[in-house]
Amino acid sequence: MPFYILKRVLIAVPTLLGLALITFLLLRMLPGDPALGLVGERADPKAVEAIRKSLGQDRPLPVQFWGYLELLAHGNLGRSYYTHREVMEDVLQKFPNTLRLALSAMLVATLAGILLGVFSAVSRGSYWEKVFSGASLAGISLPVFWVGLIFMLLFAFMLPWLPPSGMGDGALVYLILPAATLGLNSAAYIARITRMSLIEVLGSQYIMTARAKGLSPFKVVAKHALRNALIPVITLIAIDFGSYLNGSVLTETIFGWDGLGRYAMEGIMKRDYPVILGTVLIGSAVFVFFNMLADLAYAYIDPRIRYGKR
Amino acid sequence: MLTHLKKDKVALISALVISALVLAAIAAPILAPYDPLRINLDALRLSPSTSYWMGTDNMGRDVLSRLVFGARLSLLVGVLAAALSMAIGILIGITAGYAGGKVDSALSALTDMVMAFPSLLLAIGITVVLPPGLLTVMLALSVVGWASFARLARGMVLSIKEQPFVEAARASGCTTPRVLFRHILPNCLPLMIIAGSLKVGSFILAESALSFLGLGAQPPTPTWGSMVSLSRNYILSAPWTVVFPGLAIAATVLAFNILGDSLRDWLDPKMRI
Repeated sequence: MPFYILKRVLIAVPTLLGLALITFLLLRMLPGDPALGLVGERADPKAVEAIRKSLGQDRPLPVQFWGYLELLAHGNLGRSYYTHREVMEDVLQKFPNTLRLALSAMLVATLAGILLGVFSAVSRGSYWEKVFSGASLAGISLPVFWVGLIFMLLFAFMLPWLPPSGMGDGALVYLILPAATLGLNSAAYIARITRMSLIEVLGSQYIMTARAKGLSPFKVVAKHALRNALIPVITLIAIDFGSYLNGSVLTETIFGWDGLGRYAMEGIMKRDYPVILGTVLIGSAVFVFFNMLADLAYAYIDPRIRYGKR
Repeated sequence: MLTHLKKDKVALISALVISALVLAAIAAPILAPYDPLRINLDALRLSPSTSYWMGTDNMGRDVLSRLVFGARLSLLVGVLAAALSMAIGILIGITAGYAGGKVDSALSALTDMVMAFPSLLLAIGITVVLPPGLLTVMLALSVVGWASFARLARGMVLSIKEQPFVEAARASGCTTPRVLFRHILPNCLPLMIIAGSLKVGSFILAESALSFLGLGAQPPTPTWGSMVSLSRNYILSAPWTVVFPGLAIAATVLAFNILGDSLRDWLDPKMRI
């Protein structure tokens, strides 16, 4: 197992390098001087010089990339053109909020998705099946930003149950709408996979045995079938984490949630390139890291993976 | 395939909806009752009525007309970007799968690299450094989206290339490109087309998200995403300006998803759910 962990971590390193490379290339594609691209034209001349030296203006591209990596290693993602604050500082401040939102959304999505998936699977043959599977199909077709606005319209304005925006003082009520919005899409995907997987599992021999033994349908599903049916669901949750990062840009903007997503959005509106590229890089790095964690968790749950093919 | 569609009524309806949408998009100038770009300060934020079926937005423009013209852009971008990314993905995937060895490792590494990005973030990164507009969006979506096709294609090629008919083709002297295009590719196509149709749906969503962020078509060009974005502030006073464009997006994507699902069931009855 430790060997597998090491292997998995090592694989992440070139991926992170690749992320940095792509971000570096995007930075180079900006018109003008890339050093100015990182700090803006009105920045302190000394800071510009320092960055210019790192990036090496007339040096060949690989050397410049190395300089960029050095900057990254020092946590230097540039400065916002407008606030002149270090991007890294802003990111570190806002990231916990996004993490909180993403984890809540993941919780909502997993619970709601699995429930919906289970209901769809067990209601096979009745007309409820169409309702449930239709609901999950609709769920993956809805645009995140629109769902957010509709939720806001329904639950904050038409029915004054929840606050329409902001993070408040951290109270749970402010988290509900954004988390539900962000998690809806994922919930639908999870529902579909759960349903597919559960239906397959329910057709297998040991389930037939359990039923023949006389176990109640609830026990059959909950105690025996679900455990195995959920394995692909776990994979999906991990893969789908990226959608929370994607969706956060839209959801946080709509609900005024002070996280990375809204930070990126503000950067986009003002064409604040260091902010945009910095957020893209950090967001992607978080995604890679999370995938790695998920792979490790998956290996822990399914011993077949740890020991490789035999 | 048509017999299958006739059995699956829902999928048939979806196919019809998509066809209707395509026709509406093509016939937009004839269908739209008003000029989508014409500002009418006397008709601000009117609720839906007999003269304005879907009401007007905050500049007095008819929502229905803008919706119909917006259909053109959304469908165009969605379909073209899906086709382009499918082409790139298939090319890379087939090459990787068939060549094996170092080529495969390199291309697979490239594919994994692209897949390591959350798709929207990478698309945002690309669209901001290029001049704004629909072409950039199409390009960005293609660059972000080819990876899943490549993986799919590679997987298929790996299993197909061991089959006897491939061996026979090579034995009879087919050059490698011929083997690839005349023998292997046709066997990949059905699955690819299904993946493609599902991808159109997700690209329409992605394009609308980029438009919502202001990165797609620039005002005053109507796209469904930008319509929602522009009307965001008026959601209380004029909810129809937000509801209808979103419904259009949802309905279109739903239709593509239903169709894609149904085609997949047709292809693999074992997976029939």
